[in-house]
Amino acid sequence: MSVAAAARTESTAAFGSMQWVSQRLGRIVLHVVVIGLTLAWVVPTLGLVISSFRPFSAIATSGWWAAISPPYAFTLDNYNQLFAQSNLGTAIFNSFMVSVPSTVIPVTIAAFAAYAFAWMKFPARDWIFLAFVGLLAVPLQLTFIPVLKFYVEHGITIENLTALNLPPWVGLWLAHAGYGLPFSTYLLANFFRALPSDLFESAEIDGAGTLTVFFRIILPLSVPALASLVIFQFLWVWNDLLVALIYVGGSPEVAPLTVNLAGLTNSLGQGYQLLTAAAFFSMIVPLVVFLSLQRYFVRGILAGSVKG
Amino acid sequence: MDFSILLSDLPTLVVVIVGVPLVLAAYIVGGEFVVRRLPDKNRPQVRPWIWVGPAIFLVAAILFIPAIFTVIQSFQDNHGTFVGWQNYANQLSDFPSGGAWIAIRNNIIIWLIFYTLFVLAFGLALAVLFDRVPYETVVKSLIFMPMAISSVALGVIWKFMFWYQPLGSAQTGTLNAIVTFFHHDPVAWLQDQWPNGLAVLNNLALIGAATWGITGFAMVILSAALKGIPGELLEAARVDGAGEITVFRRVIFPLMMPTIVVVGTTLVIFALKAFDVVYVMTNGNYNTDVLAFRMYNLLYLSHNPAGASAVAIILLIAVVPVLIFNLRQFRAVEARR
Repeated sequence: MSVAAAARTESTAAFGSMQWVSQRLGRIVLHVVVIGLTLAWVVPTLGLVISSFRPFSAIATSGWWAAISPPYAFTLDNYNQLFAQSNLGTAIFNSFMVSVPSTVIPVTIAAFAAYAFAWMKFPARDWIFLAFVGLLAVPLQLTFIPVLKFYVEHGITIENLTALNLPPWVGLWLAHAGYGLPFSTYLLANFFRALPSDLFESAEIDGAGTLTVFFRIILPLSVPALASLVIFQFLWVWNDLLVALIYVGGSPEVAPLTVNLAGLTNSLGQGYQLLTAAAFFSMIVPLVVFLSLQRYFVRGILAGSVKG
Repeated sequence: MDFSILLSDLPTLVVVIVGVPLVLAAYIVGGEFVVRRLPDKNRPQVRPWIWVGPAIFLVAAILFIPAIFTVIQSFQDNHGTFVGWQNYANQLSDFPSGGAWIAIRNNIIIWLIFYTLFVLAFGLALAVLFDRVPYETVVKSLIFMPMAISSVALGVIWKFMFWYQPLGSAQTGTLNAIVTFFHHDPVAWLQDQWPNGLAVLNNLALIGAATWGITGFAMVILSAALKGIPGELLEAARVDGAGEITVFRRVIFPLMMPTIVVVGTTLVIFALKAFDVVYVMTNGNYNTDVLAFRMYNLLYLSHNPAGASAVAIILLIAVVPVLIFNLRQFRAVEARR
């Protein structure tokens, strides 16, 4: 029985008695507090969204709340201006080109590794796994300078990759993959280990190879864990600013949306009304992913609450 | 806006979206193909390395080895000459306001304590309150929603919340509109270094914005732990005459302690890595610098990788207690298996 159910069963006092009145009052206070807190939580986002549809003259002279009473004066000017003067189309394309491989690579490689960690025997297995757990907490900052240096010395730079007709994001993909691997491997290995071992044994007796067991038994059984991991990693990469700034920050033609938006915050002194539109625009994809797949996202957070 | 890039670059898009998974699948199928050609007794020795190899390689190449190089570089100048503790001495000179000290104070005292406390307190309060209303799912997802937004967008949202106009002008920022409504002078939340230039107020403003974004994360985990408490236990306490507050303090809170500790350690790591919010909202001005931001500036603005390495190592040292704690937790769980 949940706490909520337990709380509800206590309302047994006789109708109209002092105890009944105080319980009623308590319920009302509870509802007011809950709804009040939730509204307070929504206000910042709501204010931004409303502002983004207001003309500049209105934004400069009154707060967003002035717009929710007549006369209504909503406009798409901010969006039109924004699309006219910044390269948001390129930025959103880049965001996809960064996020999709930066999700696929670490999750796939982590699934391979998690299979080995969970169901194969090899020397130093437990120590290597322990190292992965330790690396969960290591700040990424520690890695930037040597990785950058390596990329420059070995030609994994945007200019070189473009000249070779390769996707210019390769360096960023590998970085995101490396940073995401400890968490992904940890989460999936824990999940794979919890699967019943007789499943594999009977499959192997039937002559199924390692690949068959992996693709036909383990992966289908792990869809919930894989889904939550994919969403987690995708949102993490999509929303990341620091790693993108470090590896592709200087090249707007390959930089993702977050870098573009952060650039706008520093450069748009007078044009700050465009920022509201840009910020809302940048929230659309993650909000759609989140709202449609919220269940898996929450499950992923519950399964492993440490992200490196 | 020019969306034509989406069409002109369509080939790249397809190559990337189909190509990357294809390469990964080809690797594992090819690897197994090779393993099957091996003599029977060698297969179990080779196979695990095929499966675990790419992960170990990437983690070593992107995380482990670079981290070691950074440790080494923090003892060298920018030309690779060994200089001993010089980089650290530069960063730790002029206590209390020079070098990295402001960033260290903000990160290791203000952010670590207040961010962790705020998020835990809000997360726990919301989890307990929401558990008692029938529309729990709706309010929960509204609180959780900022998790999906990037910290950059979060920074923009809160820049507008904290917007400041001098006294006399119309206050267009939500918070200053409220403050002036109560006949108080408007507050320059992000610039005001109250009290006495110690810059607690503006750092707390940044932490408030960050707290707003992450509370949903703490709430979801704490709420799951709360649901795991058997109802009979709470009912027994109530039957014995305990009030709701006593039930919370003596039964719910102690039973949730392990989860609170786990969430707390994660938050400590987040606090130490704070970057985006500072970058977008104050750019480290007005004494709001943090270690991650200082490191970024040393690297890209001052072109001083040696100093940046030292700052990164200071950050690592701050994380080590959490790292050790995590490893001990992990081993304790493993031992119980």
